Order: sequence, then structure tokens, then C-alpha cells
Amino acid sequence: MTFAEIQSRAKAEWAALEHGDKPRILIGSATCGRAAGAKAVLEATNAALAQHNLEANITEVGCIGPCYAEPLMDIIKPGRPRICYSQVTPEIVPWLIEDYIINDNPHSDLALGTIGDGSLDGIPRLFDLPMLKPQVRIALRNCGTIDPEEINQYIARDGYRGLVRALSMTPEEVIEEIKKSGLRGRGGAGFPTGMKWEFCRKSPGTVKYIICNADEGDPGAFMDRSLLEGDPHAVLEGMLISAYAIGATEGYIYIRAEYPLAIDRLKIALRQMTEYELLGDNILGSGLNFHLKIKEGAGAFVCGEETALMASIEGKRGMPRSRPPFPAQSGLWGKPTNINNVETWANVSAIMLRGTAWYASYGSDKNKGTKTFALAGKINRTGLIEVPLGISLKEIVYDIGDGIPDGKRFKAVQTGGPSGGCLPASQLERPVDYESLTEAGSIMGSGGMVVIDEDTCIVDVARYFLAFTQSESCGKCVPCRLGTKQMLNILENICQGKGKVEDIDLLLKVSQQIKAGSLCALGGTAPNPVLTTIRYFQDEYEAHIKEKRCPALVCPELISYYILADKCQGCGICLRACPTEAITGGKRMVHVIDQSKCNKCSTCLNVCPDRFGAVVKVSGEEIKVPKKPVPITVSKPDTYTQR
Amino acid sequence: MSQQAISNRHGEQDLIGRLKEAQAKFGHVSEEVMAELARSLDIPINDVYGVASFYSFLSTQPLGRNIIRICQSLPCYLKYGQTIMESVAQEIGIIPGETTADGKFSFQLTNCIGLCDRAPAMMINYDSHVDLTPKKIAQILGTYK
Repeated sequence: MTFAEIQSRAKAEWAALEHGDKPRILIGSATCGRAAGAKAVLEATNAALAQHNLEANITEVGCIGPCYAEPLMDIIKPGRPRICYSQVTPEIVPWLIEDYIINDNPHSDLALGTIGDGSLDGIPRLFDLPMLKPQVRIALRNCGTIDPEEINQYIARDGYRGLVRALSMTPEEVIEEIKKSGLRGRGGAGFPTGMKWEFCRKSPGTVKYIICNADEGDPGAFMDRSLLEGDPHAVLEGMLISAYAIGATEGYIYIRAEYPLAIDRLKIALRQMTEYELLGDNILGSGLNFHLKIKEGAGAFVCGEETALMASIEGKRGMPRSRPPFPAQSGLWGKPTNINNVETWANVSAIMLRGTAWYASYGSDKNKGTKTFALAGKINRTGLIEVPLGISLKEIVYDIGDGIPDGKRFKAVQTGGPSGGCLPASQLERPVDYESLTEAGSIMGSGGMVVIDEDTCIVDVARYFLAFTQSESCGKCVPCRLGTKQMLNILENICQGKGKVEDIDLLLKVSQQIKAGSLCALGGTAPNPVLTTIRYFQDEYEAHIKEKRCPALVCPELISYYILADKCQGCGICLRACPTEAITGGKRMVHVIDQSKCNKCSTCLNVCPDRFGAVVKVSGEEIKVPKKPVPITVSKPDTYTQR
Repeated sequence: MSQQAISNRHGEQDLIGRLKEAQAKFGHVSEEVMAELARSLDIPINDVYGVASFYSFLSTQPLGRNIIRICQSLPCYLKYGQTIMESVAQEIGIIPGETTADGKFSFQLTNCIGLCDRAPAMMINYDSHVDLTPKKIAQILGTYK
């Protein structure tokens, strides 16, 4: 079968599905959806349909992005717009089936929005909502819309046409096209993709490799998982295009073992590609030979670094080596190798389909196209987003992410994982692009964005990241192995109130040494979380060091809990809940915390009824309370008037 | 050209894959297994041990039938992941790094598992559990034999 025949069959199938007389039901079944209960929703849907003797086409799709609202279920009735329902439970499913599919009441109260053509009264258009309006879907173009386990659905939406176009050009023309698009590596470093390919193409050798880096490991990053689970062929097509452009005949997808669903979907995708002669020898009759293998990682963060990753594929310890030689000259098994990350490949297939002018119309001057980000931490709408480069941090945090939960104040946004930094409110207007984030002391990174609120201690966050890099350091370079340990010790001391005034300078000095003395980016960027937090939040470090005070009331050694004598009702709830028996009291007696026994677990604060509000948490100050239980002198709160 | 041919041409031994297979079969990578692999691949045993001890998904110590991996990454930490670790520790009576005496559970902490949108999260074997609260722990652990 020729590709044209495959495509026309796939398009006919898709048209039959889209314009058929059966309702369609799409269930978000990426890891996020499944974890939220998508499988139970699927079962409930099947049961409800069977009960009413109804037929529908059910598709398990990837994630459309608003993970906070999972499980998501879309219903498309013939001649009606696609409606996306959020937080669907097995209990809600029968209502949706009966009320909407049978009785035509679209349940606008449960709908998140409509998608695509058409509109319905009382239901907003999903992509007009503040969280989706600024977004542009290039890498995620099919996520949430197609069945990721069905290659025909990808092909029906013009999949592999980018490859067909590339095969009609010379390899040099393909590289030129990618260069012209302005695409830069989405793994974090932002190196121009076309230029990287050109180096590899020009490297002498008959055997060349390409590798997809799917070893996403930054804390707070799940973009690549979502993309592979939602649209694996977008990535694989990009790899084929690159194989042709570079002249590679073999490739690997290095994916972390923590992503079992993505691995399953990749395996299915490779099998279907082989059936359609999109893998193997003489692909689509073009003479291109390309073989692709999946390599599962085994739990090592450093393997996201390209030279460590290649060592791991070779079956060795994942230790980085010095560059040069760069992988393009001498990579996997000493052969010229090109490594790009998952998102980069998904952009490549889009660029080859729709052209460089279209792609370069998104983004800013030196930062073309879009970038996916994973929003996590103290933000209302967690999830996966894709935005044009150059958008401001503020738009991401407030318009798309809907700000901070519980009316708390924004403190910082952490970008770039352990290689990045914490940017404070003063940096929120900053455009999100490679240069701008670097200038602010952070990095773009692979796309994790963790939002931190006022209840988070910034020194504790820096300590957390150093604990991470220290445990993930492969140990090859002494400045990284020992330097991160020393920095961690200093930060732990500061958090415990044992910090010294000279510690800040010492941290800065050790940071410089680690940066200068480490081979790979893990070590070279490990100090960034400390450097940016000192740059923007030095006052918080100083409060810990000089005043032995944690302004966010987080660091256990620097906080104390007290029971206020004028508020305690002697109810005994805290006394019974305290795990260390640090509280003494009695009926109608003011309870007292023995500070020497308190383990700062916060249980008393959490269990004290809101109407009493008798337990307080303070840092750097002492509250005058009785030394031992005394009779209560104040009246009960119903007659209690606030001072 | 077959996939096998690719492997052979570069002498690819897939040591990591073989170690994982051994672990899946025997629950951990024992000294005997490492010695056997070293012999069959004709490489020094210290190289095999070097690889086996490098990766956190490989264990040179016997593990329980079910491996609990609680995410200790920042997004989970910000959503009180610490309380989940404490609940698990309380429920099964061991601390991270240990295995229960009946061999039912091994308890480990892991770095980001990419479920940050629904933090705090953990994996038991290859099952994801998200939006955890201390109250959910006993019920979840009860489903494992």
C-alpha cells in the first residue's frame, strides 16, 4: 500500500467517525486522567450505554492539559459541538448519558467548555477561557483529540505528511528548513536544532545515530510524559525526518522507567509504524533505512545529560564525559550522534508539515514557536500548557494558572528544575524566553514551573534542591560530588538556626567552584537555586542567620507553637492528638505545650477548632503563656467578643 | 537488517536490561547473578556491580514483593508529601530504605515521577497513586498482597 492509499483510508475512517450517526465519547486517559479515575469513568460509560441500549464510539485520548480538572470526558453528538466535561465521576456518567445523549440537555453546569466548531448557550468555548486563550498547540496539537494507540488517527490529521515532504527534498534542504524555522532545543539548553543536525550530517562516518531523550526528570516536569502518552507519532515522525536529514540509520528512544504508560504507547506506535513500512528498510519506498529501539532507563536523573544518557544506552553507569568531542562528532559507540528531546521532535514534524513561515510566526525574535510547561505547586490550575515563547511569567501564573490557592500571596516561580532558579514577584513581567530567563539567573529548562507561595520557606526550597542534586550527582567530578554536599550542609545549618554570617559568602564561593569544576550541566547548574534565592531573597537568609527566624514559619527548629491563654477552652482535642504527649491540661484548664517535648508537627494547630483559634505558630519571638495549666478565666466563644 | 544485527555489530550487551530481567525474576540482583552475568558477558564482575549499584531501580539487596516509591520532589513536598511518608511508615512499621519482615513491602523515596499535577504522589510497583492524603494510605496499601 502506498502512503497516499494509507492516508486516504485513514481520512475516510476519521470522516466516518467524525460525521457518523453515533455519538462519540473521548475520555482523557493519560497517566493524569487514569490516576484521577478515568478507568472507572470508562467502565461507568460502558455500563450506562449498555443499560440504555445505546451505541457510541469511545476513544481513550491523551491529556488536553487541564490536569487539575481530570477526569475529563468529551461528548460529541452528531451535529453538535464537542463538549468537554470536567471532574467526571462514575456517578455523574449516567446523568450525562441520559440527560445529554438521550434527552439533549447538555448539562452546562458540568461542562468546562466546547471545543472546535459550533457553540452552545450557557457553555463557554474552551479555548476562549483565560486558561486556554493564550495557548497555542503545536507540539500538543493532537493530545486529547486522537487515540494515541491508533496510527490511522494520527495520519488522518495529516500525520507523516511532514515526512513525505521531507523525503521529496534533499537532506540539506530539510536541515535548512529547520534552521530557518528558528527551532531551538526544547530540552533546556536552547541550542539551534538545525545547526545541531548540520554538525552531525557533516561528521564523517557511515553509521550515525539519533536519540530521543525522554529521560524527563526535573522535579515538577511532566510535559514529555504527557506528549508521549497523547501523541507518540508526532515525536516519532520528527525522528524519521531527522534520520533522513542527518543520514542516520539507527535510533534509540531513551525513556525513564517511571513512565510505564508512555513506554507501552511507544511500543504500540513502533509496531504500527513497522506495519505501514514507516520503519525498517526502504521506508515508503524512498530508500531511507531506519531502525528504532526503546531503551528504558533504570532510575538515574543524571542520565538526562546527553553523554551520560549515551553511556547508559551502552549498558554502562550513566556518567557524563567531557566534551569535545561532541556527540555530533563522536557519540554513541563512538559514532556521530544527534540527540534531541521529545518536544523538539514533535515540533520538527509540525514544521515540516506546515512550513517555517507558519512556525516562525509564533514566538519572539530569537525565540520562535511555542514551549510546553508543566504547572505545579501552589497554583490553582495545575496541568500542562503550551504557549508562544515571549509570553510573560505573569500571564502563565495568573491568567492560565489562575494564581495562588486560598488567597495566599505569590512568592516565587521556580523554573528549570534543579538547574534553574526561583524568580520573585518583581520578575513576573519578564518574557519567557531562553535569554530572558538566563538573564534573571534562572533557565528555561525543560519546562517545569513550580509555584511557591508565602507559606514556603525559600531557604528550605534551596536546601531541597541541593539535597536533590547532591543525591543525584554521579560522583565523577569532585567539585560537584563534594561541593553540593558542603552547600547542603551549610543550608541545613541555616534552616536549623545554626547559620553563620559568613555562610552566604561561602555559599557564593562554593557555587562558583562547582560551576567551574563540573563536566556536565548537572554540576554546572546545581548552584543556581541557591544563587537565585540569595539574589532575590537575601533578607530571608539573613532572618534565618541573624535573627534565628523563619519568616515563612516552616523550618521546624526555628518555629514554636503556643496555646493562647485567652483563647484556650480546655477542650482537650490537642492534648489527645499530640503524638509526643507534649501538651498538658485538664477540663476547663488552659493547655500548655512543653517546648522541650514538641516535635513541631503542627497537629495541635491543625486540630484546634477554628472557632477557638487558640494555637499559634511563631518564629523568632516568644509568646507569654502560663508555664503550667491554669484555670480558664475567659468566657466561652459564643459570648466571647473579639478584641 | 534485523534488530539483532544492530546489537551484535556494536557488541551491545544490554547489561542494564539483563540486570532488570534478573531483578524481575529473583526480586533483586544477587552476587551470584552478577557473577554469572560477568562470566557470560566476559566482563569484570566489578563492572557489573558498578552498573547494578548505580541505578535506583536496580537493587543488590533483596526487596519486598511490592515496592512503594514515594515522590520526594518539590511539588509533592509543597503539598505535604512528608505526611504521606509518615503515614506509610506508620502503616507498615518501617522507614524508607527498609523492607517489612514478611517481605510484603519495600519502602523507598524517589525523585520526581512526573505526577506533579496531582501531588502528592507515589508509585507502588508500576501503579500510580495521586492526590494522596494520610487517610487514603491504609486503603491503598490494603489492595496489595
